[in-house]
Amino acid sequence: MSKPKPKIKKEVVPMPKQDPKERIRNFNEVALGYTEEQAVAEAERCLQCVKAPCVQGCPVEIDIPAFIQLIRERKFDEAIRKVKEGNSLPAICGRVCPQEAQCQANCTMGKVGDPISIGRLERFLADWERQRGYEILQHSNSTGKRVAIVGAGPAGLTAAADLAKLGYEAVIFEALHKPGGVLIYGIPEFRLPKKIVEEEAEYIEKLGVTIKTNAMIGKLYTIKELLEQFDAVFIGTGAGLPRFMRIPGENLCGIYSANEFLIRVNLMKAYDFPRFDTPVFVGEKVAVIGGGNTAMDSARCALRLGAKEVKIVYRRSRQEMPTRAEEVENAEEEGVVFEFLTNPRRFIGNDRGWVKAMECIRMRLGEPDASGRRRPIPIEDSEFTTDVDTVIMAIGRTPNPIIQQTTEGLQVTKWGTIVTDENGKTSIEGVYAGGDIVTGQATVISAMGAGKKAAKAIHQYLMKK
Amino acid sequence: MYKIVAKRELVPHTSLFEFSAKEITAKTKPGQFVILRIDEGGERIPLTIADANVEKGTITVVCHEVGKSTKQLGSLKEGDCILDLLGPLGKPAEIGKFGTVLCVGGGVMVAPLHFQVKAFREAGNKVIGVIGARTESHLIFEDEMREVCDELYVATDDGIRGYKGLDFLKELLKERKIDRVIAMGPIVTLKTVSELTRPHGIPTIVNLIPIMVDGMGMCGACRVTVGGKTMFACVDGPDFDGHQVDFEELMTRMKMFTPQEKLAFVFYEQGGRSL
Repeated sequence: MSKPKPKIKKEVVPMPKQDPKERIRNFNEVALGYTEEQAVAEAERCLQCVKAPCVQGCPVEIDIPAFIQLIRERKFDEAIRKVKEGNSLPAICGRVCPQEAQCQANCTMGKVGDPISIGRLERFLADWERQRGYEILQHSNSTGKRVAIVGAGPAGLTAAADLAKLGYEAVIFEALHKPGGVLIYGIPEFRLPKKIVEEEAEYIEKLGVTIKTNAMIGKLYTIKELLEQFDAVFIGTGAGLPRFMRIPGENLCGIYSANEFLIRVNLMKAYDFPRFDTPVFVGEKVAVIGGGNTAMDSARCALRLGAKEVKIVYRRSRQEMPTRAEEVENAEEEGVVFEFLTNPRRFIGNDRGWVKAMECIRMRLGEPDASGRRRPIPIEDSEFTTDVDTVIMAIGRTPNPIIQQTTEGLQVTKWGTIVTDENGKTSIEGVYAGGDIVTGQATVISAMGAGKKAAKAIHQYLMKK
Repeated sequence: MYKIVAKRELVPHTSLFEFSAKEITAKTKPGQFVILRIDEGGERIPLTIADANVEKGTITVVCHEVGKSTKQLGSLKEGDCILDLLGPLGKPAEIGKFGTVLCVGGGVMVAPLHFQVKAFREAGNKVIGVIGARTESHLIFEDEMREVCDELYVATDDGIRGYKGLDFLKELLKERKIDRVIAMGPIVTLKTVSELTRPHGIPTIVNLIPIMVDGMGMCGACRVTVGGKTMFACVDGPDFDGHQVDFEELMTRMKMFTPQEKLAFVFYEQGGRSL
């Protein structure tokens, strides 16, 4: 008889978090991360499935069972090396990936209890390494070839890191004054500290990548001009253009796009005004329009900036929200109120041109639409007016158009995204693209997956050339 | 880092800066702007480009000290550096052969207007220049403008120098055949000029730099209603049809952060900021 197996714990090891009452008064990180003991305890729960369904759910194909096994053995240095074979930005992914919809969704343990918290373990390892200093692994010999990367967001950083490891000279051109893309301008400090983004970008520079900020491709150089200096180009310019509803009163003072609000607060650090120059105004009654992660981020920032009441106004119901469950839970804990099946009709201003109220209409759900979610339909005569002094429009972002407008021969869809094959190859030879600029607004990790694929494809292309 | 290779005070509290920025210089066309950031705590400041010298690899901007950031910029000297400089941003001005072009500039925007006037002249236009300021001591670039314009008129708000206000343009617009009007300056000036040209149906282009953050189409802070549609001045402009712009809304939006701007200024004056 084999010896009896130890009983595997069905419940996940909880993540320590800042108390909601405390955290709504600061911008410090909410989730505090596992200790070594907690990480090992969580790793012990892994069944080490041979088929590793978790890996199939990972856009960057990290060998998840292998790194979890190494955590159990307390070989944290080897474990982080294993993670980094697949992912150059683990401290970021461990924090912002929707693991519950990816690796963890497939976890066998999830069928009998809580899935293994793969994201928290990834974060633990990344933080463990950050505290000790990044290890730079030996990589391939120089190929003598150069690749230009447009945009230092998740797709561009990943593509650049992978190309550098393969022996290419990668130069990233970033239009903003800091690298990171949405990681630096969009996701708030309390969810992803900017120091971490800066450190991971520095790590990528240490791999040999050059990051050139304040360089807007399409304006400073065209893609054609880049092709004269580089052997290939990767475009990862993302979806950064704010969407508005085009309803009356939307240009009143006090109404922001979520992008403007988050850029002020995160990239420009308006929460530390006037020590930082960029201001942000937040009134007492804030309405955030939309139901995605950006809406949650905006609402939680507004609370921290002193709003008395923050409402998320969403035209569908809770089930259709394209948001991480964890973020909704965090927002609710902090006191964000949800107004479902409601849509603004118009904004009403005071005599100084500031928003003072919002007329809304109630919605009901009809048949599923193209997104597979039930279509919201306005309910006749259900209009009502509610007082607001700040509104944040978080209803989505569209692709950045500058490259498409300035690159002849680049095939583009009617939505403004760049057309590529499954490996990121565009209609122009030597030009690849990936991330939100190809898919439309999606996740950090899917952009990283696209960056990875494109780096592989660029490698294959340049090896043949 | 971007070095200030030359600085010249034009009138008190208004200085001209030449920044070393070779790459930007090569691509700059009249009508475009840059965004700069002085230091790590700095905000992103949009400034219209007043010249680009390809040989020297410099771009020129003129800055009037009105708030914290512009005052801080004004305190920098030749040889000092700023942290960030991004550009050229926005669409270039449409420079074509129109015939007679009336170019009206107010305040510091006379300098970037001068950059356009040169281009209009080169394109074979006759240029009538109008420069204005609040009062005589605020007038800039008069000699430079006189050199490149076929005719030049001067106006001040108080009338101490030249015409009092822009009312004199009524006569000018009636008497002369003008094919296109370019206006750069404070929003009130742009509005006045647009109203004066409207009855004559003369195409009137106004250059708008509202409040901006990124300057590349991402934030929408600079949205302006043009012909009933919302446009982003940073990427759809900065040039727009002056007869279509909702100037009232724009003026209101320009004041959105006035209390914060005042606070930042006081904080700076008291030596705040330790970054």
